[in-house]
Amino acid sequence: MSPRKTLGSRPGLARVGLALAALPIVAAAACAPGGSSGDTGATTKPTGQIQTDPAKAGKATLTVWDINTSGGANDAMLKLNKEFEQKYPNIKINRVSRTLNDTKTTLKLALSGDNPPDVVQANQGYPDMGAFVKAGLLTSLDEYAKVYGWNTKYPKQLLDLNKFSTNGRDWQTGSLYGVSQTGEIVGIYYNKDLLTKVGVEVPKTFAEFEAALPKIKAAGEIPIQFGTSDKSPAIHLFGVVQAATAGKQAVRDLVTAKGNASWNDSGTTKAAQLVSDWARKGYLTSGANGLSGDAASANFAKGQGVFRIDGTWRLAELEKAMGDKVGFMSPPPAQAGQSSVTQGGEGLAWAVTSKSKNPDAAAAYLNFITNPHADDVLAETANLPAVAPPNYQPKSGTLTADIFGEWKKISENDGLVPYLDYTTPTFYDTLTANLQQLIGGKINVKQFTGNLEADYSAFKKSM
Amino acid sequence: MSAEKMAATAEVGAIAVVPTSARRAPRKSDRIAYLYLLPALVVFGAFLLFPLLHGFWISLYDWDGLSPATWVGFDNYVQAIADGALGNAFLHSAILIVFFSVLPICLALLLTGLMTHATKLKGMGFFRVVIFLPQVVATVVVATVWTAIYAPQGVLNQFLSAIGLEAVTRPWLGDFTWALPAVGLIGTWVQIGLCLVLFLAGVSQINPELYEAARLDGAGPVREFFAVTLPGLRPQIAVALTLTVVAGLKSFDLIFVATRGGPGTTTTVPGFEVYRRAFDLNQVGMACTVGILLALVILIVTTVINRIDPGERA
Repeated sequence: MSPRKTLGSRPGLARVGLALAALPIVAAAACAPGGSSGDTGATTKPTGQIQTDPAKAGKATLTVWDINTSGGANDAMLKLNKEFEQKYPNIKINRVSRTLNDTKTTLKLALSGDNPPDVVQANQGYPDMGAFVKAGLLTSLDEYAKVYGWNTKYPKQLLDLNKFSTNGRDWQTGSLYGVSQTGEIVGIYYNKDLLTKVGVEVPKTFAEFEAALPKIKAAGEIPIQFGTSDKSPAIHLFGVVQAATAGKQAVRDLVTAKGNASWNDSGTTKAAQLVSDWARKGYLTSGANGLSGDAASANFAKGQGVFRIDGTWRLAELEKAMGDKVGFMSPPPAQAGQSSVTQGGEGLAWAVTSKSKNPDAAAAYLNFITNPHADDVLAETANLPAVAPPNYQPKSGTLTADIFGEWKKISENDGLVPYLDYTTPTFYDTLTANLQQLIGGKINVKQFTGNLEADYSAFKKSM
Repeated sequence: MSAEKMAATAEVGAIAVVPTSARRAPRKSDRIAYLYLLPALVVFGAFLLFPLLHGFWISLYDWDGLSPATWVGFDNYVQAIADGALGNAFLHSAILIVFFSVLPICLALLLTGLMTHATKLKGMGFFRVVIFLPQVVATVVVATVWTAIYAPQGVLNQFLSAIGLEAVTRPWLGDFTWALPAVGLIGTWVQIGLCLVLFLAGVSQINPELYEAARLDGAGPVREFFAVTLPGLRPQIAVALTLTVVAGLKSFDLIFVATRGGPGTTTTVPGFEVYRRAFDLNQVGMACTVGILLALVILIVTTVINRIDPGERA
């Protein structure tokens, strides 16, 4: 590749000039961004005996990047890190905590550098974890999972979300690349006082839920408090409706690009029709496109709106604001007694980087912050642990009890469908922009499903 | 033709060369002058020139930011120019310029005209500070405040309802027609202070005799404004135009906080597209391409603005 070798033998002024002109291109080609293909791809797998006792790792520092900057999530990490350092004084934890947005813009650079953190939190799906695995930046945790029993601790569904084929191309299969601390589902919060006031029972089926909306509207209340100027809330609303109209298998096939799944299918079309109707008939907060999800949540807490479709991450906020006036349910099933299906998943996956100097200690740290004791700590600090904590019992009748109960049911009965924006790298944009247009009455159902399908088929062709 | 002339030129050349000591001296100081420029050049090179060239270099690759990149030459540029979504983003920027630049300059000129006649007004400094304040506040804060004002139940809609304009109320930032003008007006509010301070400073440099002469000739306040103030402010207007147009073109934080490019894609701007491509879509090469294109557009626009400023040549 060195341009000098080919030139040295023929010293001609013109040739030198030509070579000089070509030099930047050759140099550029020789060191393309991202390095040559030789130094990536090989994920370091733990060789030989895994050292499960960090006390024997000698003096070491683990650099840990997490996104738990606020509230209960931060409290839990502070406590667990302190306990880890007390138990293993030879290991120092260098915690770097940034918001999800900040992490998004810095994690890639940090990971591809020569001195990446030892432990990072990677978002599931193709754009983040898939890209990291493809570039060989994360360590496969398969061997650690055997040693620490992660395979038996987590339901298969939760493990699969953190799995990728080693080339980063197939999600939810292949090697395990992370473990999660917390679980999350999207469900329906309801204002108990307002339900009583308008004389509507907590719906047991999706049809009952639909039927409740016009009654609430007629009684002068907002049926569903909803705002999506920040774009992502629309995915939660649409996902809940689609899970009910299309069923879990259809949604899973769509998101994981399996078989001949199409966004023009009847279930998705019906969901789009419902959301569009709800917006038109005023069952959603008027002007939802100009209201942020946070503002809508605050409105709901103030007693505006009977239902609110949102994630379990609002637990602490709503319980504090509304006390025992608020309840939570999974989206009701098509028929009474069936098990519910909703979109959800687990917190960002804790992963070990492939350049970590202490992969064994890092894995031991992962185990420490996800073991049964950690689950108790998480529950006590108002987080929803991915696996039910052994000793923590929420007070019955509280929002916490509702949410812990619903999560247990959904996660143990195979009731999760993935977030829809995992579908393609561009799907978050396509879906949210089109949902805003659908809700704003700018496009019809056919255009909506057509636009989603166009994004989907473009991605499938590029695979 | 040549022998004589050549001799002459040779002679001229010789003569020119002879007083070596006289010519070397300025050369030496020239070199020293470059030395003085060196620190600035190093800083400029390290923080501006190198990143710019590096960005250009990356823009020639198809790169996801992590795995090895593939050389694509100018393919990204061809794609970017053919991309309708990006074209729309630039179009939105052009509309934003009206709000970031044209409106604030007109309003600031009007205010300048008024304020030069309100010399007896007490607390002039206070008003100047108040009007300049939006410039000092971080854009994220500005955007957050205005998002609350524009909210469906926000102050603006409450005010409109209170004065009987219920029919006009709408979720401003969620309305497909009004979101872009609504964002633009935030820009107007921010930029007007900058323009006003520039113009007031400019007015104080205009020779008072010109005003006196205008008055003696019987010019009213309007005539005086167009005959004296406006021509006198040309350089300041050029500066204001450059600064505000650039601010309008590269706006990102305002959009990011207020609308995220929504509703739909009605408020996307090139700066937002760069972010989206680099961090949401993992298309780092493409993001750099858009960034370079944006830099080019800004360069061209500012050059044109400086050309049409007659103050530069005067």
